[in-house]
Amino acid sequence: MLPRLIKRQTPSASMVYLSPVLALLLTLAASIVLFLMMGVSPASALHAFFVEPISSGYGLSELMVKATPLIIIGVALSLGFRAGVWNIGAEGQLILGGIFGGATALFFYEKTGFYIIPLILIMGIVGGMLWAGIVAFLKTRFNANEILTSLMLSYVAALLLNLLIHGPLKDPDGFNFPESRLFSDSALLPILYDGTRLHLGAVIALIAVGLGWILLSRTLLGYQIKVIGDAPAAGEHAGFSPSKIIWITLLISGGAAGLAGAIEVSGPIGQVLPNISPGYGFAAIIVAYVGRLHPFGVLLSGLLLALSYLGGETAQIKLNLPVAVTGVFQGLLLFFLLASDVLIHYRLQLSKEVV
Amino acid sequence: MDILIAAILTIITAATPLLFAALGELVTEKSGVLNLGVEGMMIMGAIIGFVTVHHTGSASVAIIASMIAGAFIASIFGILVLKFHARQVPTGLALTIFGLGLSALIGQSMIGVAYTGIPKLAIPGLASIPVIGNILFNQDGLVYLSILMVIVVYWFMNKSRAGLILRAVGDSHDAAHAMGYSVVKIRFMAILFGGAMAGVGGAYLSLAYSPLWVEGMTAGRGWIALALVVFASWKVGRVLLGAYLFGGITILQLHAQALGIGIPSQVMSMLPYLATILVLVFISRDKTKIKLNSPASLGKPFHESR
Repeated sequence: MLPRLIKRQTPSASMVYLSPVLALLLTLAASIVLFLMMGVSPASALHAFFVEPISSGYGLSELMVKATPLIIIGVALSLGFRAGVWNIGAEGQLILGGIFGGATALFFYEKTGFYIIPLILIMGIVGGMLWAGIVAFLKTRFNANEILTSLMLSYVAALLLNLLIHGPLKDPDGFNFPESRLFSDSALLPILYDGTRLHLGAVIALIAVGLGWILLSRTLLGYQIKVIGDAPAAGEHAGFSPSKIIWITLLISGGAAGLAGAIEVSGPIGQVLPNISPGYGFAAIIVAYVGRLHPFGVLLSGLLLALSYLGGETAQIKLNLPVAVTGVFQGLLLFFLLASDVLIHYRLQLSKEVV
Repeated sequence: MDILIAAILTIITAATPLLFAALGELVTEKSGVLNLGVEGMMIMGAIIGFVTVHHTGSASVAIIASMIAGAFIASIFGILVLKFHARQVPTGLALTIFGLGLSALIGQSMIGVAYTGIPKLAIPGLASIPVIGNILFNQDGLVYLSILMVIVVYWFMNKSRAGLILRAVGDSHDAAHAMGYSVVKIRFMAILFGGAMAGVGGAYLSLAYSPLWVEGMTAGRGWIALALVVFASWKVGRVLLGAYLFGGITILQLHAQALGIGIPSQVMSMLPYLATILVLVFISRDKTKIKLNSPASLGKPFHESR
């Protein structure tokens, strides 16, 4: 007999946290089927994907390097998603942050000074905010759908980076390759542990989690965000301005994505390239959802999604699997999460009796 | 004259994939469902169409396969949204992310594989009319099909009883449910139709527009199709107009360089995206008008128990 869905009287609090675990288990099960279909031993594939990358200290440091942009953007996106503001263009805002931060680093090429790194990060935030600010302006002034405008601007941002890397940002001694100069040491984020790529950005990510938590649970703005998202009419009645929330959530998420972009170019990459992100801005959407739009949850889900990137790389090297497996894994995870979330508001009933 | 004809032919090929995808999404949205996964469904249609033509050599089989592929992954969205009461916005995004990933995985062995492109179907007699014969009657089958679908969808939406029911479901699912119509079933069919149309739109890219497989080759066209539905105020005729307007922007991109205008190619490539934003701003600024034209239940969940 097919189980039936019965609406719960009140949403289940425990399912809110169990649903991501269930989703992960279902994703793993589906991955096993996928690996079998690809003719790979599921045991060795899962080992390469989820165990091997983090079975060494260096692996763990790499996990945090990949998780850094995901967590920073994921925390900020959660704020907007809670308020019903759909910034889907974090990827573009990240690229703008990379352009602004990278240009700053190149401007101070071969100069030294303690102020250079803070300036790079601030310019990254400015770049991301500028890009997201366009979205906020078009939304509040012209009612233009933020999902579509922010996404279109992501494509524009990628082309803008491509244009600049073939022009003003190009290395003058680089034999016309579309790459910038390698940043000077004073423009590179300090490494936390020698022998790894773990950089200052990891600390910034943890600070972002803390700030996100304070903002959401300890400030009036956080309260307004939650009310506008849960009950827009009630929020407006209470005098909260939806336009203000749109502006603030977009500027915060845009700024965070821009910061992540500046961190990427001045951290693990160390120069400006035509491609500075393997889709962190999009993966951060999944991070926000799997993390239950809560900063602490985002910390955990950011690490999980970072593992999907690392695992994809390891599986490519060890088993010759295509990197695209990472994207499939991420998509499956979000699908299963959204499906599992039904259990928050409904429960399964196996018997026929009517309650 | 030759340049003009070439330009018009380019407009048609650039407009056709958008037309398919936007027509499908229009039907889905008219039933009250916002499926943001158009990009994912298109790219699945593109890769499945390409793989099929590579293995069977038959363009017709490939086109049917691309429709099935689009409808198949749309059904995942449909089940999640209609049966599992998942929210439509994140589920559509998941569909796009999943489709982009899965297509890249499937397409791994197709990179660098060549295909001649689907054949042109010249209509005997008419195709030899000077100038317009070549433009109107010497196209590939999918171009004719896209125009035929405009007529079919127009007739279905505005003249048929089934279309009336579909619109009723989209405007007030509770009223339609009370009248005894199965909201879930009707919406599921509309979602499948949207998926099949996006699939064939994607297949047009990999079989005709640039007959080869490139990862992420839809390049945002699924999102542009979504914007086109808003631009068209959910009206079939205006989808046709919108798709061809966007096709016109694409030719600027291709022909501006040939004409020797010194604008960097990246800036020209930005045009479709910037135009989409402009169009959205222009159409959306009147809030009341958008509200009047859009299906009243668009994006809202339906619970039978209520």
